[in-house]
Amino acid sequence: MTNVKQPIWETKEMINGMAKEQSIAGKKRPGLSAQGVSTLAQANAEQPALKTENWFFSYGQDWAIKDITLEVPTKQVTAFIGPSGCGKSTLLRCFNRLNDLIAGARFQGQIYAEGTNIYDRDLDVTDLRKRIGMVFQKSNPFPKSIYENVAYGPRISGIKKSGDLDEIVERSLRQAALWDEVKDRLDSTALGLSGGQQQRLCIARTIAVEPQVVLMDEPCSALDPIASAKIEELILELKKDYTIVIVTHNMQQAARVSDLTAYLWLGQLIEFNKTGLIFTNPKEKLTEDYISGRFG
Amino acid sequence: MKNFWKSGDPFVWLTGGAIALSLIMILGLLGLIVVNGLRQFWPPQIVELHLQNGETVLGEIWEREEILALDGQGSGHRIRLKIGNRDLYPLDFRWIDESEIVAKRYPENVLVLERLEWGNFYGRFNTLKQGNTILANSLGTGQEALADALAEMALLRTRIRELEKDEIGSINYDLEKLRLEARKLLLTSDTTSVAVQRSLTEKRKKMTVLQRQYLEKEKALSALYTKSREMVLTATSADGREKAIKIFDIVRLTTPNALDVVARSRVFLSRVAEFVSAEPRESNTEGGVFPAIFGTVILVLIMSVAVAPLGVLAAVYLHEYAKQGLVVSAIRIAVNNLAGVPSIVYGVFGLGFFVYAIGGTLDQLFYAEALPTPTLGTGGILWASLTLALLTVPVVIVATEEGLAAVPREIREGSLALAATQFETLWRVVIPSALPGILTGLILAIARAAGEVAPLMITGVVKLAPSMPFDGRFPFLHLERKFMHLGVHIYDVGFQSPNVEAAIPMVYSTTLLLILIVILLNVVAISVRNRLRKKLAYSVF
Repeated sequence: MTNVKQPIWETKEMINGMAKEQSIAGKKRPGLSAQGVSTLAQANAEQPALKTENWFFSYGQDWAIKDITLEVPTKQVTAFIGPSGCGKSTLLRCFNRLNDLIAGARFQGQIYAEGTNIYDRDLDVTDLRKRIGMVFQKSNPFPKSIYENVAYGPRISGIKKSGDLDEIVERSLRQAALWDEVKDRLDSTALGLSGGQQQRLCIARTIAVEPQVVLMDEPCSALDPIASAKIEELILELKKDYTIVIVTHNMQQAARVSDLTAYLWLGQLIEFNKTGLIFTNPKEKLTEDYISGRFG
Repeated sequence: MKNFWKSGDPFVWLTGGAIALSLIMILGLLGLIVVNGLRQFWPPQIVELHLQNGETVLGEIWEREEILALDGQGSGHRIRLKIGNRDLYPLDFRWIDESEIVAKRYPENVLVLERLEWGNFYGRFNTLKQGNTILANSLGTGQEALADALAEMALLRTRIRELEKDEIGSINYDLEKLRLEARKLLLTSDTTSVAVQRSLTEKRKKMTVLQRQYLEKEKALSALYTKSREMVLTATSADGREKAIKIFDIVRLTTPNALDVVARSRVFLSRVAEFVSAEPRESNTEGGVFPAIFGTVILVLIMSVAVAPLGVLAAVYLHEYAKQGLVVSAIRIAVNNLAGVPSIVYGVFGLGFFVYAIGGTLDQLFYAEALPTPTLGTGGILWASLTLALLTVPVVIVATEEGLAAVPREIREGSLALAATQFETLWRVVIPSALPGILTGLILAIARAAGEVAPLMITGVVKLAPSMPFDGRFPFLHLERKFMHLGVHIYDVGFQSPNVEAAIPMVYSTTLLLILIVILLNVVAISVRNRLRKKLAYSVF
């Protein structure tokens, strides 16, 4: 399970010599060597939960993310806002390396999770994803029972005892504020739940693996206001235990739930500051134009 | 006028017309098959015709058609009569001009005898004898004795069958096995060694014992056959000829003109039951088609077992692992085109590759003692199934690939984001979600395979198989055996039998049965798929 099919790492000096560019192609990477293996387990808790340094990312042609450097602090909610196509979802998916799957993707720069370079060629991606979970824009429960959906991650991690699994499922569903609604029908299909319930199930499924960071990619964009409010409440609750990074289109939502807000525009980080400051006193004109609704 | 065209009404009519035409043609075909397929089981009225030339004929009216009179003036009708009694008359059927008929009656005392040989006999009861003793002189007084005699002979037939097929059959089987073992010893080991000699002597001893058993059984059998000749029914045909018929040879005796609807229905059901459960007789034109049903079903099952894993694995590699590019596209096009290759080509390939190359090689390696008689190097149900699997594998590959492509990307990403590897995602989420698509492919494959005839004719189907591919003797499933198949049976009965005309109803009934079996296999597969689909609500199939 540790040796996933993984992208290959080829390094080449960039012509401008600014940084190393690495492309994600499709050859086999060298096996894990005993030396130089960096695992997140050794990571330093003093470090910020996530940190990017001069991060560039491309799906093939132009850079979709250009030179972003930011730090996501532990156990706080960080929101990424910006107009469509600004690269906020792309940046989010870089944190758990879900973009690796896309053929022709390349990057340069570094991303650290608690001090560990997550694009290190010897890093085990499944190990990374266990620690950095993700909730998607469209709720995507598996076509299995509610119980099996939540138990999926723990099972993958090798937990087999049904007593342990029961405990994890109940705890995760309680944390996701879904337990009372589904406790009597854990064995019925997850596809029978409403949209909001499905999204909370996906959150429960994500936290069942006990990650340190939860990435949320527009988790409320497909939900009605009442369901959205429940998710927002949940985010504030989860903040106590998890670092949360949320991408949202909804500026009110960002203002309500986040501690820090980053404004991205055309792949660049325009402004990153305390949420209160961004919304009341933006330093950049571009940010002001966006949050005041002049465009976007 | 312009508005008329713009409104789209003509197009609605055109498209509606197309579907109506298709429906009419399909329902017409089904109706024809159902009516003709079931009609032969219904006991018909037997008509007695007195002709102008003084002749009397008995038979079933099959059809009536208009003809021009000989002088070209006016027209009349003629009827086709099934007169049966093949041992007395040269032909089963006779055309009779209606103008020649003087009188037409439906006498209640007419007997119809369905016999093991010579087809139906139409006539009247004369005497029932056991040896030289007369048991009955008329149908009225002899009814009970006749029923008893028929029941007794039916039991005797079963007993003889048991003796021949099971008891003598298994002795023969064991004898053949011993003979081959002995031959293998002679071929492969040092015949001078004491151990081999001892083993050979032992085998010979066993063979002698079996041969003695065989002779005993044969004696018992011939005693039974003697008994079978005891009871004789003498019947008179329409033209007054007397015919002695062994009760043993009578499969069913009816007096159709005397029967009411309930009794007729009973005869109908018993004939349907015979059709699906009995073995054929009279070079397949009468009796049942059970071996063919059995062969068809086993063939489709083995084919499914072979094609499902092969097609699914190939599709998973093509869709999930292979690097998408020119080569994969070329393979995909090739797979699609394979579905269009004429099935006889697969048959020829199966014969050359499976039967001769693989079967022949296996024979030389494992069944050398039986050579030159081939064991696997000749057509058999395994090779026929594998040929069909090859024929249907493109269908499964295409459907599975579509099923995999229909699994939403979010689901895959959801699994990967939970730290699952690509294989775990594939195994736990993607393939289960694609199952309805995979089953759709299998359904299409089954439908195609069950209706296929041409490739089977050269890879293992025979006119009449002595034994079935599955029986009570170890190892139960005999994959090397030749078998019977409903599709081939239709062709054989309808076009290759010595009495084609009399076999026409059989063709319809067999066709009806084949269609029913294909429908049944499909219904089973579709209900399984629908169950899965309910569980996987987003699936689009």
